[in-house]
Amino acid sequence: MMDKRLLKDRIAGKVMWLLTILSSLMVFLIAIGLYERSRPILAVKSLRELLFSTSWHPLRKEFGFFPFIMGSLWVTGVAVIIAVPLCLLTAIYLSEYAPRYVREWTKPLIDLLAGIPSVIYGIWGVLVVVPLIKNHIAPFFGAFSTGYSVLAGGIVLAIMVFPIIIHVSLEVFRSVPFELREASLSLGATKWQTIKHVVIRKAMPGIIAAIVLGLSRAFGETMAVLMVAGNTAKSPSSLLDPAYPLPALIANNYGEMLSVPLYDSALLLACLVLLLVVLVFNVIARAVLIKVERGIQ
Amino acid sequence: MLSHELFSSKWKEGYSKMDKRKIEERLFKGMMAVSTLVVLSSLLLILATVLAKGLPAMNLAMITQTPKGGFYLGKEGGILNAIIGSVYLATGATLLAILISLPVVLYLNVYARKGSRITTFTRFSFDVLWGVPSIVYGAFGFTIMLFFGLRASLLGGIIAVSLLVLPIMSRTMDEVIRMVPKELLEASYALGATKLETAFKVVVRQALPGILTAVLIAFGRGIGDAASVIFTAGFSDFIPNSLFRPAATLPLAIFFQLGTPFPKVQDRAYASAFVLTVIILVISITARMLTRRFTRHTIK
Amino acid sequence: MDFKTHISVRHLNVFYGSDQALKNITIDIPDKKIIAIIGPSGCGKTTLLRSFNRLIDSVDGIRVSGEVLVDGENIFNPTVEVTHIRKKMGLLAQSPYPLPMSIYDNVAYGPRIHGQRDKKELDRIVEHHLKEASLWSEVKDRLHTPASRISVGQQQRLCLARGLAVEPEIILADEPTSALDPKSSQRIEESFLRLKKEYTTIIVTHILRQARRLADYVVFLYCGELIEHGPAESLFENPKEEMTREYIKGIIS
Repeated sequence: MMDKRLLKDRIAGKVMWLLTILSSLMVFLIAIGLYERSRPILAVKSLRELLFSTSWHPLRKEFGFFPFIMGSLWVTGVAVIIAVPLCLLTAIYLSEYAPRYVREWTKPLIDLLAGIPSVIYGIWGVLVVVPLIKNHIAPFFGAFSTGYSVLAGGIVLAIMVFPIIIHVSLEVFRSVPFELREASLSLGATKWQTIKHVVIRKAMPGIIAAIVLGLSRAFGETMAVLMVAGNTAKSPSSLLDPAYPLPALIANNYGEMLSVPLYDSALLLACLVLLLVVLVFNVIARAVLIKVERGIQ
Repeated sequence: MLSHELFSSKWKEGYSKMDKRKIEERLFKGMMAVSTLVVLSSLLLILATVLAKGLPAMNLAMITQTPKGGFYLGKEGGILNAIIGSVYLATGATLLAILISLPVVLYLNVYARKGSRITTFTRFSFDVLWGVPSIVYGAFGFTIMLFFGLRASLLGGIIAVSLLVLPIMSRTMDEVIRMVPKELLEASYALGATKLETAFKVVVRQALPGILTAVLIAFGRGIGDAASVIFTAGFSDFIPNSLFRPAATLPLAIFFQLGTPFPKVQDRAYASAFVLTVIILVISITARMLTRRFTRHTIK
Repeated sequence: MDFKTHISVRHLNVFYGSDQALKNITIDIPDKKIIAIIGPSGCGKTTLLRSFNRLIDSVDGIRVSGEVLVDGENIFNPTVEVTHIRKKMGLLAQSPYPLPMSIYDNVAYGPRIHGQRDKKELDRIVEHHLKEASLWSEVKDRLHTPASRISVGQQQRLCLARGLAVEPEIILADEPTSALDPKSSQRIEESFLRLKKEYTTIIVTHILRQARRLADYVVFLYCGELIEHGPAESLFENPKEEMTREYIKGIIS
């Protein structure tokens, strides 16, 4: 009887260990899988040409990703510029000034925002943001726009990344020891001076990590931008121009993918590039956050 | 004494600088309040829009019927295919993810030594995976499908979505199981139980509400995601009856209906969005209430 | 003992929610002496200390009644500017918490936020106060390196210099040597003895020997109540209260 239980324990242990190892290696598995599928196109075209060429004509076997990379950068850039000040101010308010009940009620609401699916954001963007740009913002600047633009994508993405930037920033502020604030206050500093010179300074690496995580999330978002950014295969040159971010490209063309030679390989390469960019951001940001949590300067 | 007096005259100068600082503080406090309001009202705005556009277009047929002929041109039918498809898919994906998450998390917390390299590496890995875009999971699921010769199907979707929700479920479960006090485990060992028995009979029981919360959160994520199923689940007008046939999902149903030029169909898209939002809200609120109940019990 | 009063506490009661941390404290703190507040842990010593510079304001659910008069002014008067009060006091906490900046900037922080901009003045202030805290010779060559790089004992002296740089009248020290090794502790104690001439120093300590070494005046708190207070010699040799006697003997702790 004893042996049976111990045997079960041992086998279970080994199985669980195996699953754990596999899970932790999943990142690599995904990257390798995508790489394998991208090899056909990498055999035919150089990476430089793929990343920097602006001509995208799959039927003619021209696969220049540059317009899409630019599209991604523009939309992500706008999103970050909008989101960062709003999120930081909100996080500082919730962490340093708000009474406890306000904090208790707003945190779940913000997390609720994180749970809303991207299609819903997309619909909202189509219903509210796109007409706003088309009918009000563009004419205000004397320009014409269909509304499906970098700006639309940026606004929708900004709201989508609010939760992660705020959530992580709040954690970072919480990790600043209250004794440090006390030290500053005892010297006669006001609350705001303490926040400005001590708290934010101490939290800076963590805040940057929070922003990088938000940036990475915006970069990889697919559905919502697909619905509002315009999807024209040309690098945008203004906020009101349409853009075609990389994830949108991949999602839009899954249908034709297998019928045109090399198309599937190209798109999966685009996917791999997306993955690698996001991985670099995430790994660095997470590593910084671990250091911050441990209280190392 | 003298130095005090000297400083106090400088102090009087300082008072006017103080006013400047007060103004700065007040300005920033104002901006902070505005920012918080903007963030919160964006949530409300989105929900309100979905409600305002979706509710009027809503009718019983939407949730009880599948698309009849010409549905996408404006004819009769509903999105029952997508509702059921999404539920099947999310359930399948969640179950598959539990099969991997639970053993892994139990391994990290019960079997492995605390702070060992495998635990930090796995936790870090899950954190990084959390940030991987859903389309990458879709594309990877697609490559797996091609490898096994699967076509766009319910199973394909299940595989892709289970990979997507695995990190979320694992991390949330991990946070919860970590909170189980070490003394409880030690008490179990002291009675002669093996690690396996302790893991499943003690730890899981103690952390059950938290585990359920993790499952719910993962389910919510899985049911709402479109990018991972675009490649892998295909689409169908019928309620899925086989794992190997394409299945409709709510997010894609919304997307396709919105993409048609017919206002009547677009209205249905809003109604579908309303249905999806209601499902997500119910899941989120339930998950939150579960966490509240859970934390109430574990304040030692 | 005949002395000039610097701080006057009148019927001070402090409540954390429904817990009463300080019960009807009335005491006069003498000017330019070292006052030790002694008593078992959790008895309100820290609360009393922190009510002097109103740091307890930031605690959730705190309620205060009574008065604390510093130079005749009640610091709990709502019209009083709190930063003004805090400038008069320097706090030295249990563990050193250097601000996330260089050694120089740590000391210059206080004067800077109160408006001092002149570089030469700041240089003079930094040097003077680092010398007061007997840290100058050890750090003068690396004033602009991050404060986190120096040892814990040096950090505590840095915090002392930082607190002195705003030219307070009163030094509040909350178990200032409990995180330090004996040598650093000794240096801090020596600083206090030197600074006695210019500053009123109030030290919370649970080390009776430290109180004996440093204090001119002793205050004994037990469970939020003021049991006994008086000149150090007479309190330690001839305590009037039974409880004081038992605490000093080490029966209760």
